[in-house]
Amino acid sequence: MLTIKNLHVNVDGKEILRGLDLEIGTGEVHAIMGPNGSGKSTLSYVLAGRDGYEVTEGEVIFAGKNLLEMEPEERAWAGIFLAMQYPVELPGVNNMSFLRESVNAVRRARGEEELDAIAFMKLVRERAELVKLPEKLLKRSVNAGFSGGEKKRNEILQMALLEPKLTILDEIDSGLDIDALRTVAEGVNALRSPERSFLMITHYQRLLDYIEPDHIHVLAHGRIVRSGGKELALELEEKGYGWILEEEAAA
Amino acid sequence: MSTQRELDDLVKAGYEHGFVTEVESETLPPGLNEDTIRFISAKKNEPEWMLEYRLKAYRHWLTLEEPDWAHLQHDPIDYQAISYYSAPKKAGDGPKSLDEVDPELIETYNKLGIPLEEQKALAGVAVDAVFDSVSVATTFREELAKAGVIFCSISEAVHEYPELVKKYLGSVVPHTDNFFACLNAAVFSDGTFVYIPEGVRCPMELSTYFRINEAKTGQFERTLIVADKGAYVSYLEGCTAPMRDENQLHAAVVELIALEDAKIKYSTVQNWYPGDEKGRGGIYNFVTKRGDCRGDRSHISWTQVETGSAITWKYPSCILSGDDSVGEFYSVAVTRGYQQADTGTKMYHIGRNTRSTIVSKGISAAHGQNAYRGLVRMGPKAENARNHTQCDSLLIGDQCGAHTFPYIEVRNPTAKVEHEATTSKISEDQLFYCRQRGLSEEDAVSMIVNGFCKEVFNELPMEFAVEARKLLNITLEGAVG
Repeated sequence: MLTIKNLHVNVDGKEILRGLDLEIGTGEVHAIMGPNGSGKSTLSYVLAGRDGYEVTEGEVIFAGKNLLEMEPEERAWAGIFLAMQYPVELPGVNNMSFLRESVNAVRRARGEEELDAIAFMKLVRERAELVKLPEKLLKRSVNAGFSGGEKKRNEILQMALLEPKLTILDEIDSGLDIDALRTVAEGVNALRSPERSFLMITHYQRLLDYIEPDHIHVLAHGRIVRSGGKELALELEEKGYGWILEEEAAA
Repeated sequence: MSTQRELDDLVKAGYEHGFVTEVESETLPPGLNEDTIRFISAKKNEPEWMLEYRLKAYRHWLTLEEPDWAHLQHDPIDYQAISYYSAPKKAGDGPKSLDEVDPELIETYNKLGIPLEEQKALAGVAVDAVFDSVSVATTFREELAKAGVIFCSISEAVHEYPELVKKYLGSVVPHTDNFFACLNAAVFSDGTFVYIPEGVRCPMELSTYFRINEAKTGQFERTLIVADKGAYVSYLEGCTAPMRDENQLHAAVVELIALEDAKIKYSTVQNWYPGDEKGRGGIYNFVTKRGDCRGDRSHISWTQVETGSAITWKYPSCILSGDDSVGEFYSVAVTRGYQQADTGTKMYHIGRNTRSTIVSKGISAAHGQNAYRGLVRMGPKAENARNHTQCDSLLIGDQCGAHTFPYIEVRNPTAKVEHEATTSKISEDQLFYCRQRGLSEEDAVSMIVNGFCKEVFNELPMEFAVEARKLLNITLEGAVG
């Protein structure tokens, strides 16, 4: 589904990603872990197409297409969804209308029929229940005055509505207490399917207790320095990142 | 053909109402002196008292100096270079068909979804379409007449209802009020007169659009609306379609009078020509608008959406004289290109328990400059008066500006005044967020801007609100580079 080869990315003239390789198959759940400043968020923004991230080398192929040539909205239409670490507030923009515009924009681009108000209402209620987002938040402005947990649940609701092929969860666990984390994780797990892939970016092992990945990668100095199964996470939990960085330096 | 004859009759009937006199010339050469004013008055066949009113204003105007306190920049205006009278255009003067009209204008009409026949009327194409609007207007007039509502041009009112005009004209905005209002009082071309009798709820929204002889009310428009005791009227001014005009200076005066328990709702959508991409040639819109809540429990509400003109300089205001009277001001002002706006309101609280609400939304894009200027004055007798002001600015891009100048004067210790202000910018983060969810950049901007303006659009009559939203989207097309 997603192939990243030798990806080099500069931000403000500074090289952040230095030859990153990653392969995510259909239906797989991958986790990328790493210390602060290793380039985790840069990776998620580059994949979503944010301005200010200059790709100097390498390629990214998503579902057979060259992702790097596409505008952010085109990537969204193609099925890339980024659940953000800090979802922005859109004052005055009704959450329900925003969700509907978003869903219909994606449906239009895919050549599907737009949902009318009634059909959409039904869908949104059903999915909101899945992520336990109180209905009153649908009537408010997008993310305005939402708590940290509510913002993240709103992200997961959008994911549930847009049904993306690849979901990138950028530190979805940051700022959440254990109950909120559990609810968010349940939402994600409910959407796991053989057709859908996930890329979780996290600093902490605890998220992986709730959303179990198939593969774990360690990102350091702009490259994947170690990959493995679930056991890698436990090792990291125990020993921290230091030993990997040392091995890397010695190599 | 009988319809052709009917049309001819109608056209002639219109002229019989005093538009045309024995004077032959149709347009005055540029220049302003007492003779100019006598000429205008004679052209309109005005009674002596009207001429005296104009002359008095003119003589006072000579003693005034053009104000320069606004946050605006423009070349000096040469008042002797303006022509102060030109007769209503006749069929055949305008373009012969839409093919002769600026294609850009036609494109905008199409985007707004304006039907072809209306496009012709707006662009000044003289064709049979006029007949349709005349008959529509006639139907409206009959219904209004049944309710006892007077809705006509000011020129007509001077002849038909001199007592009402004498009583109310200049009673809210006297000719001594300010430089531009004074000039208007001396040379006003034409405008609208509305009178709603006691206890009558006007059966429909009134709009200049439906008034016969609407074309070419000119640059010095005068509007007078009186709602007698317990009456209600909603008045719509302007139209979302871009209006072109060869006159650069527009100095209109609007006076509203609400007697006991009356309510006047006045909505404006202003989309005059803003000038070319460098800001050249756009309209200067210097308007004095004021409403007087003369009676107890009266209510005046101004709603404006200002997207056009090179310069907008106006403060629709309320004098809250009656006890328990209510004044409201809801405004969206957009400046882009090199447009400038200095707009806001004044709320004069005179009576007891008077209340006012101000919601102002300024949007600046490109090189646009947007200033909110507002005065809230609580007089010594304004026991328990209250005001709430909310004043928000939205910036798009980094070359534009937003400025806020609130003035608050409180002379009564029981009065309460609240002022809230915010300035925000459409951020990179917001745009990226929306695009990540599949929205194009333009849709994202329009969604954020419409969200920002929602409180004001909610105050507009339904169809007007839909049009205003569309207009805003078109205005801001390409605003984000």
